[in-house]
Amino acid sequence: MGSLRVGLRSVLPFLVGVPILWLLNGRLPEYLEYGLMVALIDVILAVSLNVVNGFTGQFSLGHAGFMAVGAYTATKITLAMRGVALLGLPAGLSDQVVFLGALVAGMITAAAIGFLVGMPSLRLRGDYLAIVTLGFNEIIRVIIENTPFLGQATGISGLPRRTNLVWVGAGAIATIVMARRLLGSTHGRALLAIREDEVAAEAMGVDTTGYKVRAFVISSAFAGLAGGLLVHLIQLCTPKSFTFIKSIEVVVMVVLGGMGSITGSVIAALGLRGAVEYLREAQQYRMVVYSVLLIVLMLTRPTGIFGTRELWDWLPKFQLPGRRRADEGGHP
Amino acid sequence: MTEFLQHLVNGLSVGTIYALIALGYTMVYGVLKLINFAHGDVYMVGAFAGFYLSHALGIDENPSLAKAGVVFVGSMAICATLGVVIERFAYRPLRHRPRLTALITAIGVSFLLEYGFQLPAVVGAGSGTPFPPGPTPRFFPEPFPRVDYEPLGVHISNYDVVSLLTAIGLMFALQYIVYRTKFGTSMRAVSFDSSVAGLMGINVNRVITWTFALGSALAAAAAVLVAGSRPTINPLMGLFPGIKAFVAAVFGGIGNVPGAMVGGLVLGLAEEYVAGYALSSYRDGIAFALLILVLLFKPTGLFGATRAEKV
Repeated sequence: MGSLRVGLRSVLPFLVGVPILWLLNGRLPEYLEYGLMVALIDVILAVSLNVVNGFTGQFSLGHAGFMAVGAYTATKITLAMRGVALLGLPAGLSDQVVFLGALVAGMITAAAIGFLVGMPSLRLRGDYLAIVTLGFNEIIRVIIENTPFLGQATGISGLPRRTNLVWVGAGAIATIVMARRLLGSTHGRALLAIREDEVAAEAMGVDTTGYKVRAFVISSAFAGLAGGLLVHLIQLCTPKSFTFIKSIEVVVMVVLGGMGSITGSVIAALGLRGAVEYLREAQQYRMVVYSVLLIVLMLTRPTGIFGTRELWDWLPKFQLPGRRRADEGGHP
Repeated sequence: MTEFLQHLVNGLSVGTIYALIALGYTMVYGVLKLINFAHGDVYMVGAFAGFYLSHALGIDENPSLAKAGVVFVGSMAICATLGVVIERFAYRPLRHRPRLTALITAIGVSFLLEYGFQLPAVVGAGSGTPFPPGPTPRFFPEPFPRVDYEPLGVHISNYDVVSLLTAIGLMFALQYIVYRTKFGTSMRAVSFDSSVAGLMGINVNRVITWTFALGSALAAAAAVLVAGSRPTINPLMGLFPGIKAFVAAVFGGIGNVPGAMVGGLVLGLAEEYVAGYALSSYRDGIAFALLILVLLFKPTGLFGATRAEKV
């Protein structure tokens, strides 16, 4: 019974969400669909960054760097496999399978790089991760701009448009389910323990470095997924999409929504992207507004809008007496 | 041999600049345990303060050494004020909150300075000195005529000589302040344990304020020295020197004043030699590689003492 419910909880969102997305796909007005896809990619980024910055209480500033790793891997694979039909599958289906493979490969490389970056910097307490990841973000850019294979500063153009609403939506659902399931697991509790008090967690026998690195690797993998989706949406892979401005944007979403709140991240990502699209003329003020937002938020409400709570924590609770919610304490 | 000496000269002049910026990081970290992310941008503001001051003094038309001195000291004073203001309004209200909160605020201040300076001009639009300066690079006027020397075939200008000597002079002055004056003693006491220092009658707030003033003034000095020999300045110029100086501070042991100086010099020389002999296009990656190595093998840095974590 237990494992069935757990399995259902992971699968159900897809069973409900994917058909809806399928129906919507191609039926919305062009600009709305495009905006929605960009916003959902932001949701993937914000929720995955929340795993490190919110759940674990570490501070990563290089999410866009991992996006870049995933994006370039996926780009290279799609371009290499262009026009190749897999196992006699029809062309359309084969392209989709290749795209899936490219996204997964992007996630794997991003995770591997995440391991390499996180391993040395997460062994230490304190704020080293912030500066290392910020530096890493810039270094990735420098490397891309100096490598002819990766198209240097102009980037790689001519990508087929493989990303559609279904792909992006499924990615966002996967990220949210991952975060939810992670939070309810032993692993998630270890992360929360590290956030609350690292010394105490270590004294309780939590392998703090191990858990931090794993959280960082998971987060990087999903950043890679977002990168892969983004370049197949805008059909262009350039280092300009992955500057630290992008990283800061994601950080603002996480901080605004509340570090540790999944629904907070989702709402902040959707809201902020909506506001940016709506205020196109005010582009030059965007970064200034972000920075003022960060400072004011930290001075007045450092927990963000939602804090660590979720949206439904405010809804009136309809629970049968004697039944505890699984995410609040031990299993029945 | 000539090439080796040339790299030595270049490395030293970059290294002293890193050292001056790194000192600000390390002193602030020492007293507050905060990575002052905005420090690189204070450096940028220093360059622009010098830019506006030299235009106000008309250094273009008739350069003189006295005016150069006024520009130098003036931008140090402006940045010292800026540092104190940042500390007072952005960091002090958060001093007893989790460290992450202050770090995020520091990032916010950093981006506010970087992008605030890129906004369209409010004052003096259309003139040569609009404020904010906007994203286009500006040229720092030459405070005195440039003279090039070539001893032993090594290319060196009077700017290099002046900036090297000034930087070294400032570092000796700082060394004196930190280890020989009453203020320096109280600063080291606060850095050791701020609550006990407070109980011993040290005014902790005043020490922190002066630490920010001192660190920011050094950053401004570094900025004006750099702008003298490499005159293009723009609102994002503080980003890379900031990160690299932080690496230098970590390398020397963050919180340790002589460590920051050594770290800056080592980083400047390492960059110059590696970029000069092997990987010129990866110059900006060297600091990062060095940081990873330090974190892996000696996270406390060269001179950093391992201090037991208290619960």
